[in-house]
Formats: sequence, C-alpha cells, structure tokens
Amino acid sequence: MSVGLDKRPNPAFYALLVALILMSAGPIAVMIITSLKLNVDIMSETAGLLFVPTVQNYETALCNMLWYEPAHVDYCDPTFGRALVNSLIIAIVSTAITLVIGCMAAYALVRFRFLGRDAMSMTTLLMRMVPPAVLLVPVFGIWTFQFGIDGTRSGIILVYVAMNLPFVIWILQSFIVQVPIQLEEAARMDGAGPLQTFFLVVLPVIKPGLAAAAIFTFRIAWNEFLLANALSDRSSRTVPVTIVNSLTEYDIDWGVIMATGTLLAIPPIIFTFIASRQIITGMTAGAVKG
Amino acid sequence: MSIQRASRLTPYVFLAPAAAVMAIALLYPVCYMIYASFLDWNPSQRIGEADWIGLRNYINLLSDESFHESFWVTLKFAALVVGAEMVIGVGLALILDRKLRGMSVLRTIFILPMMIAPIVVGLVWRYMYHPTVGLFNRTLADIGVSPVPWLSDGDWAFASVVIADVWQWTPFIFILSLAALQSLPQSALEASRIDGASGWQQIWHIKLPLMMPVLVVTGLLRLIDAFKVLEVILVLTNGGPGLSTEILALRISRTASEFRELGYAAAMANYLLILLMVLTLGMYFYNKVIEARAVRLRKAAAAAAAKEEGA
Repeated sequence: MSVGLDKRPNPAFYALLVALILMSAGPIAVMIITSLKLNVDIMSETAGLLFVPTVQNYETALCNMLWYEPAHVDYCDPTFGRALVNSLIIAIVSTAITLVIGCMAAYALVRFRFLGRDAMSMTTLLMRMVPPAVLLVPVFGIWTFQFGIDGTRSGIILVYVAMNLPFVIWILQSFIVQVPIQLEEAARMDGAGPLQTFFLVVLPVIKPGLAAAAIFTFRIAWNEFLLANALSDRSSRTVPVTIVNSLTEYDIDWGVIMATGTLLAIPPIIFTFIASRQIITGMTAGAVKG
Repeated sequence: MSIQRASRLTPYVFLAPAAAVMAIALLYPVCYMIYASFLDWNPSQRIGEADWIGLRNYINLLSDESFHESFWVTLKFAALVVGAEMVIGVGLALILDRKLRGMSVLRTIFILPMMIAPIVVGLVWRYMYHPTVGLFNRTLADIGVSPVPWLSDGDWAFASVVIADVWQWTPFIFILSLAALQSLPQSALEASRIDGASGWQQIWHIKLPLMMPVLVVTGLLRLIDAFKVLEVILVLTNGGPGLSTEILALRISRTASEFRELGYAAAMANYLLILLMVLTLGMYFYNKVIEARAVRLRKAAAAAAAKEEGA
C-alpha cells in the first residue's frame, strides 16, 4: 500500500526485537530456571545454564499432594499445598460470581433508562480507583466485628467480587453496546422475557468480552496479596500470602520459593498464551472507555 | 398494567445483585473508613469503643515527618515511573508500527509481565538484585565491576523499585499506543507523505497530536495505578532501607498492622483516596471534553458536506 511499509527493516530492527523479547521474558525465564536448580547450583560461583535440572523444589513445595513420598523431604510442610487449593477455590468462585452479576448490571446500565442510572454508573467509575490498601482497614474491622467472616474463604471471595465488579461492569458495557438491538427485539417478538433475552441472546454474542473480563478478574483474585493477608487465617491462606510469609530477611530457600512462584505464575501465563487477543482487546476497551 | 410494571422493574432486577454486593463490601467499607478516620482506634477494640477525636488524625498527619516522606516518595515514584513508561512505551510503538509476521507472538510475550502476580514480580527481581547470587551482581563481577548495593542503599533501592515497575508496566503503554497508532486515519498520513514530510515530521506533527487523547487517558490510568503499587515494593524492600521506598499504600498497611493505629491509617487512606478521586474525575471530564469535541467536529463536517451538496 505505502512505500514505507514495504521497505525491508534493517538488521538493527531485528536486534531491537530480540533484545525486547529477552528483556520482557528474561526475568520469568530466570525464575523458572532457578526453580529447577538445587541450592548448590544456585549458590555456586560458576553457575549459569550448566546444571542438571531437578524437580526436587516442586516436590518439597507440593509434598502433601503427591502420591509418593519424595526421598529428599525430611519434614513435609503442607502449607503450600493447602494454599494452592484455597487460591484455586477463591479465584474460580469469585470470578464466576463477579461475571454473572457484573454482566447483568452492565446490561441494565446500557439497555435501560431508569431512575438512578447515572448515580450507579458514577459510583462504578469512582469505586474503580479504590486501592486495596484503602479497603484494608475498614474491611478488616467489618469482617471481624460485624459480619464474623474473617478467616474464611467466603469472606475473601466477597471482597474480591466487590473489588472486581466496577471494572467488569465498565469493560462489559463497551461490549454490550455493540450488540445489535434488532437481535434483542426479534427475541422479544418471539415471546422471550428480559431474562431469557439476556441469557440466551445477549450473552452468547458478547463471549469475547466475557473471556477478557474473566481473565482480568481471575488474575486479580489469583494474584492479590494485601486483603487476603489481612482476612485469612492458617487454614484459608492463599498462595501469595504463603510466599510472602516464607520470605524472611536472611536464609531464603531460593529454589523452593522460585518453584512456588512459578506455580503461582503458571495459570496467568497459560491464559496469556491462549487468549492474548481477548486480553489486548479488553485492555484497549478498558482504557479507551476510561 | 402488570406487564408495564414488570418492564419498569426489569433494570432494577438486573442491577440488584451487583448493587447489593458493591453496597455491602465496597461502599459501606469506604464510609466506615471515613468514619474511622475520626477515631483513635486500635485493632483489639470494637469500633464503638474507640474514642472520637475529630480531625486530630488529619492534623497530626500534616506535621508527621514520615508521612511527608512517604507522600514525597509516592509522588516521585509515580512521576518517574509514568514518565519513563510513557517515553519508552510510545517510542517503541512508533518504532515497531510495521506489518510484521510475528507481531501477535511479540505482543503475547510483552503482556506476560503484567499478567503474573506482583508478588512474583517482586520475587524475581529480588532474586536478580540479590547481592551475591543475583544475576546483576554476578554479571558485574564477571566483567570486573564492583557490586552494586541494589536494595541496601536508599537511592539504589528507589531506582531498583522504579526499574522493576517500568519492566512490568511499559508493555501496557506500548500496546495501547500501538493500537492507537494503527487506528489513525490513513488519509492524513498519506497526505503528509505526498507533501514530502519526513519520518520525524510525521511523528511530531501528525501521529503524536492525533494519538494525544488516547495517550492522556493511558497516562492517567497508569498514574492512578502507580499510586496503588504495593506488593512489588513490599517484597523487594518492604519500604526500606529507612523510608527510601516506603510509598503511601505500604505506609497505610504498616500503620494498620504493625503500629496498630487504625484511625490514623484510615485518615492516611483518605488522603490517598482524595488524590485518586481528583485524578479519576480529571480523566472522566477529559474524556467528556474530547467526546464533545469529536461530536462538534462531526457536525461541522456534516454541515459542510450538506452545504456543498446544496450548492
């Protein structure tokens, strides 16, 4: 089409690309490689890429979930395995709830004119910026003294749903606006009620938007540390909390901690590779819509 | 009659669950916090037992040296981080805006850093900054440079924290500005090329001005997020050494959990909230102004077109 685009890029351009890829993926690769090393290899002066990979660190972290007893583990610490289960339950349940009630609210805000609509969208916008650090004090007080749900998984799920709702509502609005209204009118002609129209007609059309919203919600619930730290007790701790707890000033067991970090990073990495297109669409929609 | 009422109630039925959850777990806590900021309250008390001390928390904060310090650190951090990310991100977008075969793979790799947990980002960088086993000091030792106190010296620690955040979030700016670049009207670029504009002139006089609305919003979004950063710094330095990297969010959480002064922490959180609210409203109104201008321009264009047709 244009002259500039057809010109072959010069070698410096490719060098830049390679450098960028190395810079953005390098630290993650460092983590994964370290998690496959024995502490001897991590500490040794000459270490680099020359080492015998081992899964011992993963066995130590997951010892109570394995079907065999790894020979090198003297004492099995079940903290991490339990936290992994907690994290999975909390992230999946809160994502599911957030999506269902979030897309219903977004639909109402886009398709209906009603009293309180502006107030609701303004609140949604303002609540989007409330940082977890600000919620820390009140949520701790209310959950402990008034609701009595501190230290439970449902307490953490409740705050995650609330925290993610404004963003999910905001992002789904921009997808619902694009659904042709004729589709819904046709469904209504055929005698579908509003709920039927929504679940059977609108939802299938905005699937890409839902995917993006789901990934963003899951990512926040899966990665969040501060509120989980304040609200959980020994039995409901999530993975980020256990990782921070095991980070003492001195004598960090780098191999094992990198293994836990890798395990925490794997689900988001998988999502990124499966659905990068949806993630980027969602990111763009979220930003452009402000 | 009943059908009419049902349809009028419909939006409320759709909204009810979300509104209820947000009211209970978001709006109520925020109001609760505003109330708590007027109390002298520690975590072992119920809120009813705490003493009402009026504005004293707010006034004490104004003369609290370490609050000043962390407010200043937060501002410095946010400004530096967003500045660096905007320059690098937009620059890379301008350079890489070509038709490349592997572009989607490239973008996928670029968004990895912001998808993984901030805790993990902190962990990875803390390992790489490690004084003896870390990648950086090892490399420096290999080329014969003396080791750098990445996390143990105040200024270096601040720089290290900024570097980690720039690594994590520059791709965000890059991807949004690339999207903006690729949706620019081709006709304007085409016209300027025919008029003989050089690459630089095109960037300065056409691409950047046209991208400006998106860039402003992106920058503001990043700025709001930069004020919320906590986990990466918590893992890397925990605010230290001294107070050199103690940003406001971290100070709030430490005031609440270590110093056990919930009222004081709440007042601090309120200051942060006011700051964020100003930024958010600024972004909102900027968007409105831009939209209004676009509508006006479209109208003017339509009117001009109609006139031409009439003539």
